[in-house]
Amino acid sequence: MVLYTDLLVVGGGPAGMAAVLQAADSGLSVILLERYDQLGGQLVKQTHRFFGSKDEQAGTRGNVIARAMEEELEQLDNVTVLLEATALGYYEDNILLVSAQHSLKKIKAERIIVATGAAEKMLTFPNNDLPGIYGAGAVQTLMNLDGVVPGRRVVMVGAGNIGLIVSYQLLQAGVEVVAVVEAARQIGGYLVHAAKISRTGVPIYTGQTIKRAYGNGEVEGVELWQLDHNWQGIPGSERSLAVDTICLAVGLRPLTDILVQAGCQMAYVPQLGGDVPLRDDNLKTSNHRFYVAGDAAGVEEATAAILEGELAGLSAILELGAKEGQSLEVKKRTVKKKLDKLRKGPVGEKIRAGLLKVRRDGNAGKDRYSHTG
Amino acid sequence: MLAKTGIPTPDDLSSKLPSEERLQQGPVAIVECFTPIPCDPCYHSCPFKAFQVFQDINDLPVLDFTKCTGCGACIAHCPGLAIFVVDYTYQPDRGLIKIPYEFLPLPVAGTEVITLNRSGEEIGQGSVVRVQNPLSFDKTAVVWVAVPLTEVMAVRHIKVGVGPDER
Repeated sequence: MVLYTDLLVVGGGPAGMAAVLQAADSGLSVILLERYDQLGGQLVKQTHRFFGSKDEQAGTRGNVIARAMEEELEQLDNVTVLLEATALGYYEDNILLVSAQHSLKKIKAERIIVATGAAEKMLTFPNNDLPGIYGAGAVQTLMNLDGVVPGRRVVMVGAGNIGLIVSYQLLQAGVEVVAVVEAARQIGGYLVHAAKISRTGVPIYTGQTIKRAYGNGEVEGVELWQLDHNWQGIPGSERSLAVDTICLAVGLRPLTDILVQAGCQMAYVPQLGGDVPLRDDNLKTSNHRFYVAGDAAGVEEATAAILEGELAGLSAILELGAKEGQSLEVKKRTVKKKLDKLRKGPVGEKIRAGLLKVRRDGNAGKDRYSHTG
Repeated sequence: MLAKTGIPTPDDLSSKLPSEERLQQGPVAIVECFTPIPCDPCYHSCPFKAFQVFQDINDLPVLDFTKCTGCGACIAHCPGLAIFVVDYTYQPDRGLIKIPYEFLPLPVAGTEVITLNRSGEEIGQGSVVRVQNPLSFDKTAVVWVAVPLTEVMAVRHIKVGVGPDER
């Protein structure tokens, strides 16, 4: 049996939920797939206050934003939410195969918004398979969803926003953070996050990385060393820290497998975290049925994901002939302006550079490899 | 250096501080926000419109110290926990600092806490004067700590009671 729907949104994080909410009064049928057993994606673990402007709920904690969006979503009777539902593959005849609560479903949709988010990157070093080595996202899930601390003494690898925020959350959970180690010469995350952990006494070591982990059957410590300007370890600079947990916050990679299967033109864009689909300024990919939003379009933060979700949602439902098209066009322009404003400053520089390489209109195609699935 | 260590230096701070004259007039907010990030809740939280209008969401906040009353409404609304209120007029020999604090257990008014500087080094002790934790602060408590006048610009964090292992 095949389920038919006007709009299918894959991923119930901030981008996916925002996309679905645009269809509120559209009269269109919508299915939202979420792999986990609750909506919210990474938002539900984010217990810190968000940056951004007042309109984008700045100052509100991520988990509170997730709950508010979910409550709004529950009011919509044209939306079906499938939890514990994983998109397995995209097939000819526009069929998306889905494993939903242990049964297989085939879904056929006029438009599909892929808001699958991103996966954590791994770091290569000897003994990186010892128990006690976690991704920062996994640590957040353990602590903030399951109420379990990963260990007692942690070294954090990566001083981007995720590394700094998760370090702070570890401290809040009563875990000792021995140090934050960052390979780059400078802290990558917001300095206010760095200052929050510095004043608790956690040192941040820049220009250093893990040489190896050690331990008998589990992590007992880590050897750090300094890096030269070619990112090579400097022999003789090693020092050991006794820790039982190594937390890796070394970046995220967009999850774009479905888009590749759907034949969307892709480009490798380091500034956006890896392979991402080319898209027009409405976030439509080169496959006319597919839109992309959120981290799957390029690793950014949740405020941008929400705005991208709104943009993709509005664009898709406009194409599908939603009611009140004119007011939606106005809304779409507003969302685009907000996204531009958000990315305008110095912290948006990397994203802006990345986005120049993925435009379907204009000069996409230079300085990149692309394939057509 | 701030970008390497996360610890603001006196140089970094110099542009953020009000004049000595203003400090002697009573409580005032210090906004220790150093990177232009897309963020403006401080502006919206101020009942006295003491923050300059943001031309761009990425602007650094600029506080008009003549309008700031040191009420502290901005402290719990700053997502970076980067705003502190200092009051050099609290007592003849002690000043007051209002610090955002998101750790448990919360300190209790009337008790002593260990005071820490921006690097997390212990400076001394402070007396907890008041702990504000209303629903509207959404779990960011604001702790009022009295410290010797010479430590008002240094103290930026507190340690309550014993470590997590003994708790």
